[in-house]
Amino acid sequence: MLNNYTAGNKGQKVRSDCFVTLALTEKGGLIIDIQSKVKALYGQRIKDLAEEILNYFGILNAHIVIEDEGALDFVLAARIESAIKQAVNTDLEFLLPFKPVNDFKPVKERERFSRLYLPGNSPAMMLNAGIHKPNAIILDLEDSVAPDKKHEAGLLVRNALREVNFFGAERMVRINQIPQGLKDLSYIIPHNVNLILLPKCEKPEDISTLEKEIEKLKVKHNVSNDICLMPIIESALGVENAFTIAKSSKNIVGLAIGLEDYTADLGVQRTQPAWESFYARTRIVNACKAAGIQAIDSVFSDVADMEGLKETIKVSKSLGFEGMGCIHPRQIGVIHEGYAPNEAEIEKAEKIVNAFIIAGEMGLGVVSLGTKMIDPPVVKRAQKIIDLALKLNLTDKNWRNKYVG
Amino acid sequence: MSVEWTKNAAGRLVPSELNGEKQIPYMGVGKYKPKGRKYGPTITSNADFPNDGNKLLKDLKTALQKAGLKDGMTISTHHHLRNGDFLANQIFDIAKEMGVKNLRWFPSAAFPIHKHLIQYLEDGTIHHIEGSMNGPLGKFVSEGKMKGAGMLRSHGGRYQAVQDGEVKIDIAVISAPTADSFGNANGLYGPSASGLLGFALADSQYAEKVIVVTDNLVDFPCIPWQIQGNYVDFTVKVEKLGNSEEIISGTTQITKSPDRLFLAELTAKFCDAAGIIKDGFSFQSGAGGTSLAVGEFFKEIMIKKAIKARFARGGSNKYLVSMLEEGLVDYILDGQTFDLDGVRSMSENPGHTWTSPFTSYNYHSKGNFAGMVDVVILGATEVDLDFNANVVTHSDGYLLHGIGGWQNCLFSKTVILPIPLFRDRIPVIKDRVTTLCGPGELIDVIITERGIAINPLRKDLIDKVKNSGLPVKSIEELYEEAIKICGKPEEPVLGEKVIAGIKWVDGTLIDVVREVRT
Repeated sequence: MLNNYTAGNKGQKVRSDCFVTLALTEKGGLIIDIQSKVKALYGQRIKDLAEEILNYFGILNAHIVIEDEGALDFVLAARIESAIKQAVNTDLEFLLPFKPVNDFKPVKERERFSRLYLPGNSPAMMLNAGIHKPNAIILDLEDSVAPDKKHEAGLLVRNALREVNFFGAERMVRINQIPQGLKDLSYIIPHNVNLILLPKCEKPEDISTLEKEIEKLKVKHNVSNDICLMPIIESALGVENAFTIAKSSKNIVGLAIGLEDYTADLGVQRTQPAWESFYARTRIVNACKAAGIQAIDSVFSDVADMEGLKETIKVSKSLGFEGMGCIHPRQIGVIHEGYAPNEAEIEKAEKIVNAFIIAGEMGLGVVSLGTKMIDPPVVKRAQKIIDLALKLNLTDKNWRNKYVG
Repeated sequence: MSVEWTKNAAGRLVPSELNGEKQIPYMGVGKYKPKGRKYGPTITSNADFPNDGNKLLKDLKTALQKAGLKDGMTISTHHHLRNGDFLANQIFDIAKEMGVKNLRWFPSAAFPIHKHLIQYLEDGTIHHIEGSMNGPLGKFVSEGKMKGAGMLRSHGGRYQAVQDGEVKIDIAVISAPTADSFGNANGLYGPSASGLLGFALADSQYAEKVIVVTDNLVDFPCIPWQIQGNYVDFTVKVEKLGNSEEIISGTTQITKSPDRLFLAELTAKFCDAAGIIKDGFSFQSGAGGTSLAVGEFFKEIMIKKAIKARFARGGSNKYLVSMLEEGLVDYILDGQTFDLDGVRSMSENPGHTWTSPFTSYNYHSKGNFAGMVDVVILGATEVDLDFNANVVTHSDGYLLHGIGGWQNCLFSKTVILPIPLFRDRIPVIKDRVTTLCGPGELIDVIITERGIAINPLRKDLIDKVKNSGLPVKSIEELYEEAIKICGKPEEPVLGEKVIAGIKWVDGTLIDVVREVRT
């Protein structure tokens, strides 16, 4: 009996994806069977692509069935390659052209209010993720991908990084935890991944292990730019080591906290007021500020509860977090609004900075606003808020006109 | 007489006759003006009707027999009970039993439940269908299996065709959720309540014989009488008109699809930027996922601006009802009710009133409501570079949807189609639509998740949103973008056989649909 190798997804809810079944045969050439709802419009193109990929891998005799639900080329290619790689041992990679729009230099210093999680083996959610304008998208290879689907998800994520336009969102990938996660790197390092999220990070050694492997691949694939890192702290030990982890590499731009695993590690329930994780969260914020990096909060998992999300962000921001993960595009707007400086904060900051400038002009050593003395750190924080507000277009660059004639 | 093919004013090849009936090619918007008089059914005398007003017969079969059901007749039904309708299937079961052949079924719309009728299309009981064909019926017809050609009309076009005598109805069977034995009927009450009976209005006025069937018979008078018993020949009481769960949804839900919500929000932002959402404005948005959500975003903007709308037209649901009840809308002019809140509101709120294709849509009239609406939000399966749109076929040629009120709504002051740039890899913007249903000159704005295209004819709209920051692009740019993502689709090969005609609102033939090769 012939061995069947399969890849992809099928079923009633599956869209923009396909399911490939491959059997290698002794003779008879390539038999390509396409069952697709877009067959009248793309049948020939799908067939040509399948043939090209099979030829590329030197397969001359095979029976391949493609059950297609409107998958784009990059998805079809990933599925077919995945089926082939189960059947034959090869180091070859079938790469479609790298879309020029994805060929940009990443920026290290940027807002990370929202990071939209996208399951790494579900192409339908990737296609329009960028139009919702999250600060970042996270192609996830960890929890949202079944253990036996890691390889095919890796190929899909690789192809997505080359093909899908995320409209300027920072391109993040959450790899699996070390050591398995190290194998994920070859799918992403050569394809302009901007930031790697390392889940269940517990100690600085995790980072050095990771960076060694990244460095190796960067040299091999001639990648010159830095790749940012964001360890996710999800255990009691990780929390205790937060500061040393934060300081372990210049590429770390922030620490994120993962509360599902953390509360499981503590053996407590995760609740809405979140007192059980209060210590961990403040500890992480403190570690991040001490290390000069961003503190990122855990996702809010009830996508229908927008009020709950707003409340959670209020607390999160007041503790010092600068962003959070999101699992539904509708959360993005609320998150941006929540973490960005609000009108009252901007106005207060402007008054403080204005008072500071006036005091300087008048040669006064002490800055005061009304009856209150203003200390230098307060001015510094106010200036930071104004800088951010300017960047987000929340205030005008000539804001001082409001205060001086 | 041999069939001749001519290019109509929209550049589409159309035949001089279809199903043996003469066709007038589409001549352009507002160009065809028929001469002559409206159709009139035979004069009747009260001497032939019971003086006590009781027209009740023992069952549907008796009524159909008394109405003279025979070969070649035109039988009309209505879609107020939507996918819960039992009646249409029963009528043709009876016709089959009586050995009647070659009937023309003239529904206001067909639903998947009517796939039961495929057997009668096969055995010749039904010759062809003139009305929307959804799902399984559409597939059957698309594959060239129906004997005659289908004819698709808008809701307004259906009224026009009946009024003008293009379609002479022999027997109209009206499913009435509530009726008296005289034939007065409404859709407001009873176990099969669905709201209103507007789609049956033309049939009651112009059919030779009218049968009202109800499962909720009340003593005279049935108030209100959305259908007047004075038009009705026979009444029938049945156990159950339909499956209430499929007649109306208990409650309407706004889509959770992030992409649809995004489109809806962008549409509302566009309307706001274009100055359309202002005190006293009017709007219509359908019951589809995106349209429904547009209404909710309108609501947010209206509350923020502290303004209200004068009226909302179209199908009602709990969201529209809540706007009426919160004072954000003065009137709902309801064309069909989609959920129980809609039915409740119509029966108790004088601001929620029922309309018909006559008042809202009929083009051979003295004006209608559709043109008075400031903005209408519609869907489409395809749009082309000239803003022409298709709502009935898919890009592979399958006829899977009806026209509904879509063509009629194109006369609104601003017509907006929020549509995804591609669906399951298939680009929605084409160089030429597979089937032409609406001419581009009436379609103003295409809103996709990747950009907004404004019809160059609408310089006023282009000016208004110029500095809004909205992602305005040319339709060619959107087209190119879709091709870049999806790849250029092959041209599907269609057969020669015409399986359906598409009527414009004035009864002229705007396009035909050809069979799909399987």
